[in-house]
Amino acid sequence: MAKRIDIKDVNIYYGKFHAVDSVTLSVPPRSVTAFIGPSGCGKSTVLRSLNRMHEVTPGARVEGQVLLDGEDIYAATVDPVEVRRTIGMVFQRPNPFPTMSIRDNVVAGLKLAGVKNRRRLDEVCERSLRGANLWEEVKDRLDKPGGGLSGGQQQRLCIARAIAVQPDVLLMDEPCSALDPISTLAIEDLITELKQDYTIVIVTHNMQQAARVSDQTAFFNLAGVGQPGRLVEVDDTEKIFSNPSQKATEDYISGRFG
Amino acid sequence: MTTATTDLHRPATGPAFQGVGLGRKVKNAVATTLVALAFLVAVVPLVWVLWSVLEKGLQPVLHADWWTHSLYGLRPYDDRGGAYHAIYGTVVQALSTAVLSVPVGVMVGVYLVEYGAGTRLARVTTFMVDILTGVPSIVAGLFVYALWISILGFGRSGFAVSLSLLLLMIPVVIRTTEEMLRIVPNELREASYALGVPKWKTIVKIVLPTAMSGIVTGVMLGLARVMGETAPALIVGAYASSINLNVFDGNQANLPLLMNDQFANPETAGFNRTWGAAMTLVLIIMLFNLLATVISRLSAIKK
Ligand SMILES: Nc1ncnc2c1ncn2[C@@H]1O[C@H](COP(=O)(O)OP(=O)(O)OP(=O)(O)O)[C@@H](O)[C@H]1O
Ligand SMILES: [Mg+2]
Repeated sequence: MAKRIDIKDVNIYYGKFHAVDSVTLSVPPRSVTAFIGPSGCGKSTVLRSLNRMHEVTPGARVEGQVLLDGEDIYAATVDPVEVRRTIGMVFQRPNPFPTMSIRDNVVAGLKLAGVKNRRRLDEVCERSLRGANLWEEVKDRLDKPGGGLSGGQQQRLCIARAIAVQPDVLLMDEPCSALDPISTLAIEDLITELKQDYTIVIVTHNMQQAARVSDQTAFFNLAGVGQPGRLVEVDDTEKIFSNPSQKATEDYISGRFG
Repeated sequence: MTTATTDLHRPATGPAFQGVGLGRKVKNAVATTLVALAFLVAVVPLVWVLWSVLEKGLQPVLHADWWTHSLYGLRPYDDRGGAYHAIYGTVVQALSTAVLSVPVGVMVGVYLVEYGAGTRLARVTTFMVDILTGVPSIVAGLFVYALWISILGFGRSGFAVSLSLLLLMIPVVIRTTEEMLRIVPNELREASYALGVPKWKTIVKIVLPTAMSGIVTGVMLGLARVMGETAPALIVGAYASSINLNVFDGNQANLPLLMNDQFANPETAGFNRTWGAAMTLVLIIMLFNLLATVISRLSAIKK
């Protein structure tokens, strides 16, 4: 459980377009790292390169190394499917499977991996929903479709689905951007709880959120229009928000950006 | 803070909104009339056709013999017998067309959308499918005649009819599958990948079920369309007035063939049989559409 990630000199491309330039950064286990930065600077792109989701886009490729506890996930012998099983992901927009009930959504990962034992599935379902703070709200309607939940509930359902397969790392791309403040707080509390067991990387546009939930913050920026995004600095969240070493970071955080 | 340029407490002078002007009212009335007229133009012939079929075809169909007897040994003016042989032929030929075309069409559709996107093979395939879509049914019939009967030496049969219907059906299934797969949001695929589910399993367990209701509807509509095709049946099949249970061997009637045969029969019995067959065909097609609705309801995206 909870592995360490070392990103070493990673360059990311969409076809010919160089989207992210030479990122090097480490994420310690059992911690939350926040990615912040202006729109289009490559936060999602970097995040998606951490579980080899980036290469799902036609023409997209990654250069460099991403080490998970020292093992390069981009090594030729590594199966991307295994990587994604170890490194879970929660997306910006909740995306429950529309043909499945709440229960089936939660245990989809296990079921599709061939787990049939009903008792085991029910156990995992309850544990994951409790873990995602959703159990009390849905325990009486587990057989209802997942699409029938509110946006915030759907997002927590997606978190439950992601933690049901017990990954070592959880990647979250703006998980609260479509949610109201109460659901947002619920998810932030959840992130703080999940930190006990998981390594978490979260992309967010919300400075307060980054300050509240993360231990470490990475600030990305664009050198200019059409230029690749790059990592400006990464440091303890407290330091980034009180006394960043780069001017650009300070400008961005204090809203004096651009 | 800069000084406010608008005084929010200033009372509004005069009403802010005016009523709908005369010009817009007239345009609205004209547009409404046009739309209503277009609707009538579209619906009147439809209702008319259905009414004729119902009026002339209902009576023969209501007779129990219609569903249980063939026309074997009956003379043209005999007011007895039924269309059981042709109904059987139509259903069996449609089913064998479906059994063959659905797997092939769905797999090609899956290839085009999920695997082949942008490759040369996919482009060529799409081009071929476009051409195949435009092939007239009689050409499909001729092709099967040339290949299956002349070159390979098989005889005429219900299956030969199925084969030519297959040529018409496959592009429909490919197209439907393609379109339905394309509207499955990529986010679902990524959600599945993110759980460590391999691509093929994602397609089989997540993407196809999500697209299922659309594919089923498309297949059923395609089948309904193909069931009424007469030209290929005239070329590679042949009418038989008795039942032939074996789809692979010998002449086998179907409803269009029965209609074609009885249309040439000047007796009242011929008239009744023709319209009865028309009615039956419409009924079967309606049944198929109903079935499509039920299946797509069952497999539908749950809300
Ligand atoms: N599928 C794609 N194909 C081509 N270019 C892409 C694709 N996705 C993103 N890009 C480009 O890569 C760059 C980085 O995009 P990315 O989505 O990573 O930004 P982001 O930091 O997540 O922005 P946001 O905060 O708006 O989500 C942008 O210039 C974007 O236009
Ligand atoms: Mg993004």
